[in-house]
Amino acid sequence: MMIDRLTLLQKIGVYIATFFFLLFILMPFIEMIRVSLRPMSHLMTADFTWWSEDFSLQAYRDMWVTVPLLGRYIFNSIFVASAVTAITMVVVIPAAYAYARLEFPFKSLSLGGFLAVNMFTGAVLLIPLYRVLRSLSMLNTYWAMIIPGVAFLIPTGIWLLRSYLEKIPKELEEAAYVDGASRLYTLRRVVIPLAIPGLIVVGTAVFIGAYAQQFLFAITFNNVREIQPLPAGLYEFIGYQDVTWNEMMAAALTGITPVMIVFLFLQKYLVAGLTAGAVKE
Amino acid sequence: MTLVAEGAAPDRMQRRELSERAFAWLLISPAVIFILVIVVWPLAETIRLSFTDATLGGENFVGIANYAALFSDPKFWQTVGRTFYWMVLAVSLKLIVGLIGASLLNAAIPGKALFRVLVMPPWVIPVAIGVIGWKWMYNGYFGLISGLLQEFGLVEDRVALLATKTSAFYSAVVTDVWVGTPMVTLFFLAAMQGVSKDLYEAAWVDGASRWYRFRRITIPQIMPVIVSMALLSAIWTFNSFEIIWILTEGGPRGATTTLIIDTYKVAISSQRFGEGAARAVVIVVLLAVFSLFYLWFLNRVNRHYGAK
Repeated sequence: MMIDRLTLLQKIGVYIATFFFLLFILMPFIEMIRVSLRPMSHLMTADFTWWSEDFSLQAYRDMWVTVPLLGRYIFNSIFVASAVTAITMVVVIPAAYAYARLEFPFKSLSLGGFLAVNMFTGAVLLIPLYRVLRSLSMLNTYWAMIIPGVAFLIPTGIWLLRSYLEKIPKELEEAAYVDGASRLYTLRRVVIPLAIPGLIVVGTAVFIGAYAQQFLFAITFNNVREIQPLPAGLYEFIGYQDVTWNEMMAAALTGITPVMIVFLFLQKYLVAGLTAGAVKE
Repeated sequence: MTLVAEGAAPDRMQRRELSERAFAWLLISPAVIFILVIVVWPLAETIRLSFTDATLGGENFVGIANYAALFSDPKFWQTVGRTFYWMVLAVSLKLIVGLIGASLLNAAIPGKALFRVLVMPPWVIPVAIGVIGWKWMYNGYFGLISGLLQEFGLVEDRVALLATKTSAFYSAVVTDVWVGTPMVTLFFLAAMQGVSKDLYEAAWVDGASRWYRFRRITIPQIMPVIVSMALLSAIWTFNSFEIIWILTEGGPRGATTTLIIDTYKVAISSQRFGEGAARAVVIVVLLAVFSLFYLWFLNRVNRHYGAK
């Protein structure tokens, strides 16, 4: 469209500005890759240089030896985030439906209550949470990282999914209802299939939330090495004497790769989905 | 209660249904139970503990002693001030950078689809991993930032950014902005794409400049998203734990100790549960007051300008 057209000069300006914006966003990754490719001895002794002759993949081999459980940590991170996502979605779908479609007492009050949960992060409630998890015998198990993760993602999930479900034409449900389908049947067989694109978006957003924030619960509620997630496991590269930074960065990059690949496929839906969710009305 | 058995064909004749309200409560009950057990009960317990001297050894009721000690400690008030400064600075920067980023990503240039993907990684990876990357860059001996500063002749010697009070604080702010920016950017971008094209065209026909259209159409139209992102972002930044913890653990000499770091140190590191709980309660009260004030203020502004 003509209105959107930029002059050549403007275009160059936008590209330059975008370059610096993305440089800020991607700098740590570029630097992590650079570090992961250099031998430790050279990293520490030489002054800072941009390019060096000694790039090698050695760290990507050595890291599995330095931290033998690395593979487990990578798996644990993905497993915990997937479990959190699955449980959260099971809890969120019916609740979001109720808020989108049904009328009931204390509706807006309870929804406000859910949103207020955003005000507490796990960090505020750690002490009693520790006791709750202990009395449920969940400390030092996967559950210690999964259950609190679910609780703090439920409000966001309800909030996001509700706006999708509101967009599904009511007539379809009414038709099913008139045909004699029960409410639960309608939810399962009519609403959920129609809401799949929305469920993917919300599921991805929940997964990102669960994947991004495992560190606190892991370091506080779990001290079993075998089930530690990657961010906590990376600390094992910090030895008594020194930190093998290059292997640590190699491990971090390797660990996030599987999720990044999946995310690449889902990002298109996510951006489109955020549009739908964020600009309601 | 009689729900139709799972998978069974609904029977028109014998339908005995739950009332709408009972069905609704049934649907939200799992979520409610989760929140009650994992958030509400621990919150009540935190409040109770804040009136005790609980440690690992046991607990005694001590009345408001924890609060009295806290409020009479000048260091605590410094921490409160620092936390609000941290929040206001980091959130403002996130909103400004996010707005600039979203405008850039919204521009009609070839490659924008790729740029939109490239902005996401900090949001998608575990926060702790990104922060470890920053910790390396701040490092004085071989860190990128020190190296660049030297290269451009801005500093003579290597600088360990996390070692001095002021630079550690602002370094933590930069990292926090980095972590928060992608999400803010994407929500702003999504909102910008939802603005009706007609508005721009009408303004364009009238000869309005690009800057004028941005100021008078884009900003007001996406205001609801800006406002809600600001509040959410403020709450998260106030409670931001991992970033500071990994970079500095609140140091050097307390320069990056926000309320949440202080709470963690007292409650978890030194296991003084009672004193830690009092700090947690203060956080909750401050955030609740802040949120209510924010919403009240917003309401007034909206009414004043006659907006929706």
